[in-house]
Amino acid sequence: MPEYLLKIRRFDPTSGEAAYWDEHSVELGERNSVLDAILKVRDEVDGSVGIRCSCQQAICGSCGVRMNGKPGLACNTHLQVAAARGHGIGWNPPEGGPVGMIEVEPMGNMPVIRDLIVDMDAVHWKKIQRVTPYLINQQPVPDREYIVPHENMVDVTQTMACIQCGACVSDCLSMEIDPLFIGPAALAKAYRFVGDPRDADHFERLKDLSEDEHGIYDCTHCFNCIDACPKDVAPMSQIMRLRRRAGSDEKIVDRNNGHRHEDAFVTLVRDYGLLNEAELLPRSYGGNSWFAKFHPAAGKELLSSLSTVITGVLRGKMSPKIALFGHKLPKADLDSLKGIFTKIESRPKRVELNLYISGYEDDPEPVAVASVSEAGVRAQSASSESETS
Amino acid sequence: MKVAYWPGCVSRGFTPELHGSMAKVAPLLDLELIELDRAACCGAGVIAEHNQELADTLNARTFALAQQTDGALMMNICSTCQGAQSECQERLDANTEYRAQINQNLADEGLVYERGLTNKNLLWLLVEEIGLDTLTAKVTRPLTNLKVGPFYGCYIVRPAERLHIDEEHQRDRYMHMVIEALGGTVIDYAGVYKCCGFPIITMNKQASLAMAGRHIGDAIDADADCLVVPCPLCHLNLDLQQPQAARQVGRELGLPVLHLPQLVGLALGLEPKELGMSKHVVKPTSVIDWSASVVAGAPA
Repeated sequence: MPEYLLKIRRFDPTSGEAAYWDEHSVELGERNSVLDAILKVRDEVDGSVGIRCSCQQAICGSCGVRMNGKPGLACNTHLQVAAARGHGIGWNPPEGGPVGMIEVEPMGNMPVIRDLIVDMDAVHWKKIQRVTPYLINQQPVPDREYIVPHENMVDVTQTMACIQCGACVSDCLSMEIDPLFIGPAALAKAYRFVGDPRDADHFERLKDLSEDEHGIYDCTHCFNCIDACPKDVAPMSQIMRLRRRAGSDEKIVDRNNGHRHEDAFVTLVRDYGLLNEAELLPRSYGGNSWFAKFHPAAGKELLSSLSTVITGVLRGKMSPKIALFGHKLPKADLDSLKGIFTKIESRPKRVELNLYISGYEDDPEPVAVASVSEAGVRAQSASSESETS
Repeated sequence: MKVAYWPGCVSRGFTPELHGSMAKVAPLLDLELIELDRAACCGAGVIAEHNQELADTLNARTFALAQQTDGALMMNICSTCQGAQSECQERLDANTEYRAQINQNLADEGLVYERGLTNKNLLWLLVEEIGLDTLTAKVTRPLTNLKVGPFYGCYIVRPAERLHIDEEHQRDRYMHMVIEALGGTVIDYAGVYKCCGFPIITMNKQASLAMAGRHIGDAIDADADCLVVPCPLCHLNLDLQQPQAARQVGRELGLPVLHLPQLVGLALGLEPKELGMSKHVVKPTSVIDWSASVVAGAPA
């Protein structure tokens, strides 16, 4: 059997001592899990190693840790896979470290209780509570069971796969800088109810999460949560769906400039074909029109960024022509683009493909929910959902 | 090698030095660029957030235009474009019915996207098509003693599966490899794979600038002379916004940030000015001093 060097980060915040690495040589099969190795150490060498675990089948979500820098469940990560991984992301063995070395650390963005156990209550569960994580029934409640259209339940299937392990919270780069960010797990949970036709408070939920300055518009699109999730929930994609519902469907103009930014971006690409940054900025603050630059909110922002703008102009980063008129595609192409925009934007139902549901044609098996017959090509709109609810 | 070249919007807008430096470097790499001057913005994830079909159609149009050229593949110089386009392409390639529906949107122009386009950022092209040995052979001014911090950002390294990062394609190490192939010294620091903060600059400016400031500070603490980025949006937050980021994190910064083709161009013998480095907000003094001393020390 191969031998692995298991390095466990040990820390007891009540001890007054600094954290340290505890090294153990463990002989186990390549397809044993990292949790098997940790438990072997705990059972045979040092009973004081702190690790939370229960089902050992990737269902309970208890054993979230970082393995060679990447968050995940210790119970469904093979030793061979963890050892082959480089630090951060990727597949290279850690530089300078022996092949077969696995560093196990507690998850990030949450305080450590002891060793590999983090305080999920202090961060993860608190944020889950923040998004009202339960269904608020439409009234009056029907006498018999509520029949939910299949299409709607398929839509929220992906978020329902979440096992609350906290791996996405661990490596959220927005939360690392802004600990108040509601975060990927809780926002994915929010979509579970926003996408459910039985819930009565879609608009209130979306308004709340748009207006919160640490809400849906605080996500940076870093994709860390998508890579971290052991259940393919893709929390970032759920956040983007919340934005789509809030902005495109409910037209919620939030105080964080989230919807204005999106609206201006789409309009500018329609009108210019290319992004016109000089127009995008004032419109993100002052509203989606050429006159936005004269809006007090845009003026205030321009004033606070004046030194940046002046330096940029002086260095020749932006020519006056680009700053004033932007760059445009040839007229024939712009006409074609306008046709495309009109055709798509005027559809009564939005067309979306979710590969989590449809799977990939070349795959022997779809990723999940093999029973969906529509091949995942699904149309949805706020209006269609309100009809069904 | 002939490639269908997608420069993106920002390289022709607020970071003109990126497009300009690519044009200078291309002939030295034996690259013939066929610019896709009819293609539209990739949407940067924002249009997909608004309407997925719209984003997929705009990018399918770009791919179809690329397939009309005789380029061996499509190349971009913006990792945000790479990420946004890879996401759309993943959907288009995964489902025939969906692809047909998107192609319907292009029918008026007579355009069709055929499954299986190869679209590579310059970074991937350097390693996988040109090759590190060939690149090293072209170096006339090795980046000896230049300590370069790679800043990958997000879109070119995540999600790993979609971007085909695996044991065969260690794309998350390519910037390290290129810096070394050019003779430079790689500086590893905490921010190598983190987010520059640009996507939330208009939504949460403080957090955005704090991200940029922290990563630049970490690179300075690790003794980097400069950073190199494969993405013009990262460049905007790390260079254009650097003075504001410094105020946000309450420390002096002043670390030059180079675009990938600029770094390659320096090693291939081009002058900092012709690579547009005078357009940077943080004057790349340390890099220029290094370049001057290397030139002065070079045998006649």
